[in-house]
Amino acid sequence: MYCLIAAESAIFSIFVVAYLFYTGKSLTGPQPRDVLRVPVFFTICLLSSSLTIHFAVKSLERGKARAFALWWLLTIVLGSLFLAGTAQEWHHLIYEEGLTIQTNLFGTTYYSLVGLHAFHVTVGLLALASVSAFAVLGHVKKEHAGRVEVLSMYWHFVDAVWVVVFIVVYLIGR
Amino acid sequence: MSAGPIVLRETGTVRAPLVETLHQWVTTVDHKRLGILYIVYALIFLILGGIEATIMRIQLIRPLNDFVSPQVFNRMFTMHGTTMIFFVAMPLVFGFGNYLVPLMIGARDMAFPRLNAFSFWMTAFGGLLLYFSFIGGDGLYGAGNAPDVGWFAYAPLTSQTFSPGHSTDFWTLALLVSGFGSIGTAINLATTIVCMRCPGMTLGKMPLLAWMNLVMSGLVILAVSPLSAAQIMLMVDRYLGGHFFDTQAGGSAVLWMHFFWVFGHPEVYVLVIPAFAFASEIIPVFSRKAIFGYPVMVAATVGIGFISMSVWAHHMFAVGMTSNSNTFFVLSTMAIAVPTGIKIFNWLGTMWGGKILFKVPMLFCIAFLFQFLIAGLTGIMQGAAPFDWQLTASYFVVAHFHYVIVGGILFTIFAAFYYWFPKASGRMYSESLGRLHFWLFVIGFHLTFDFMHVPGVLGMPRRIYTYEPGRGWDIWNVIITIGAFFQAAGILVFLYNLLWSYFHGEIAGSDPWDAWTLEWTTTSPPPGYNFATVPEVQSRRPLWDLKHPEDPDWKYE
Repeated sequence: MYCLIAAESAIFSIFVVAYLFYTGKSLTGPQPRDVLRVPVFFTICLLSSSLTIHFAVKSLERGKARAFALWWLLTIVLGSLFLAGTAQEWHHLIYEEGLTIQTNLFGTTYYSLVGLHAFHVTVGLLALASVSAFAVLGHVKKEHAGRVEVLSMYWHFVDAVWVVVFIVVYLIGR
Repeated sequence: MSAGPIVLRETGTVRAPLVETLHQWVTTVDHKRLGILYIVYALIFLILGGIEATIMRIQLIRPLNDFVSPQVFNRMFTMHGTTMIFFVAMPLVFGFGNYLVPLMIGARDMAFPRLNAFSFWMTAFGGLLLYFSFIGGDGLYGAGNAPDVGWFAYAPLTSQTFSPGHSTDFWTLALLVSGFGSIGTAINLATTIVCMRCPGMTLGKMPLLAWMNLVMSGLVILAVSPLSAAQIMLMVDRYLGGHFFDTQAGGSAVLWMHFFWVFGHPEVYVLVIPAFAFASEIIPVFSRKAIFGYPVMVAATVGIGFISMSVWAHHMFAVGMTSNSNTFFVLSTMAIAVPTGIKIFNWLGTMWGGKILFKVPMLFCIAFLFQFLIAGLTGIMQGAAPFDWQLTASYFVVAHFHYVIVGGILFTIFAAFYYWFPKASGRMYSESLGRLHFWLFVIGFHLTFDFMHVPGVLGMPRRIYTYEPGRGWDIWNVIITIGAFFQAAGILVFLYNLLWSYFHGEIAGSDPWDAWTLEWTTTSPPPGYNFATVPEVQSRRPLWDLKHPEDPDWKYE
């Protein structure tokens, strides 16, 4: 999983470099400062989901199945909230501001970077959901804590990437 | 290890019917079978890539030749480069890594056998996708079938405007798919080497081949991922109308170059480090001496791994970067020659005073030493930016990198083929056919690539499909093409040797070379589980300790 994270980091860093390189180079509008709103609430959702998944794994290690299920579900809810936030933001950008991936360089880099991250969140949510399906069937026990831990590493990674994306897109890029 | 029967030939049971055998090979998750699949697959593509090279050389044998059209010539060099790098060299490296690493570290399989099979099939279908472009690349436009944008596919050639139809899409997708396969295998190899070594094998006692595969895997993880990212961007541009590399909307063509070479240069080391690994295993055995300077060798490998991540822009001196960045990349390029030089001295030190046996694998390794040295020297020449401005995109560059890839990498891969063939097949190869292959290939190689430097210095640009007579290039091109035929003959002898020896070779026994690493302790070919009992090692040469209990290595290490 560390290797996968290294590989994924390399992919993301290329997209981040492209974003930074093209910041302010769009020939036509809309520019980021005109249309982007900082998604504080959804960022808090995603980042706190890192905490909840950590608590979930800890509970599983101690053999508390109920607490595990609760924390795990909370993680999924927070992750989904974040995705909904991204969807809402994109809807706003596309239908109200008229910014699509074809509009200008900002659109191209913005949608591919944020989209790549949203794709990773989606994959993570699917994995989380399949674990909870196993949990409902009673197949997730204390001895599986190691495997669940690996998945939680991926989730932490996705959150950490969001911190970078957030800084690049919403702080520097604006 | 659900990989079906364990060596039918030895137990004398009835051979399984063909369909069943095929089914077992297709569904296998055994690292040895996947390794062999990788290698056989690469050999098929080697023939395809070789045919493309031969077509180019026939076209260039005389001025104003019209053997193929300019369009076909463009497709040939694109497909030749892409095939040889992504579907010959990489699968060969991964094939040997897959086959050898678990055996050499005393493991029973890779860490993730199913990921292993997945990665192989990704790579395999990537190759098929690339070659399907000959049939399906036309699209609706009737414009060119196979990709014709050069193997590094510079923007804006790849944009919809200049590459209508689907040929470039096939190229992009094939590389993306096989790239994911490569990352999977690299993750697998790294995990296997870190987690699955047998008891007693500390990092400092690991065979050099395992060390170098570990560094190679790290490079694949860090280098192929940017390529995948760049391919995704290219697809966004081509399919979704993005502007990453679209200069008319403010995008940058130079950014593609950076992204490509951030992958492209470490890629050279992805290929050459396993080549070093083969040399580091073969030279000691045929010099009858332990490797000289093991810790330095490891340090040099890791050093190469680090420095190779910071030399990419020496492919781009002619683009017009700032003089600061030119200087940086000149210096880093010069710096990487240092650990490489250390390695060459270590191999020479290993041979020095040894009882050298001139078997075919050793012949190839010795040729490798000479050729790789020259390849490195022309590399340093071009690493100096002013010299590069003079020679960039000329045949000198083509001669240089073929010297590295053929003279360095392919020669050690041939050595590895002959060295481990007895292990994988259980039979010896034919020594005389092997020598014939060696001499044909050495002569062909030097005819082609030594003389290719000359028209380069005389100003012959690469990628031209023909040239005017009387520029002083004519005779050199004739010699180069003659050399290409020698090499083709060598390859045919090599393939014939593999096939013939597989059926008629002498039975090899488990340790035909009197070697020292763990793969030679088990039978040839090894059983599905590799080792009946997991071995325990005390030194870098566990088999030496077994054979010489009175004078074991671990007393000295």
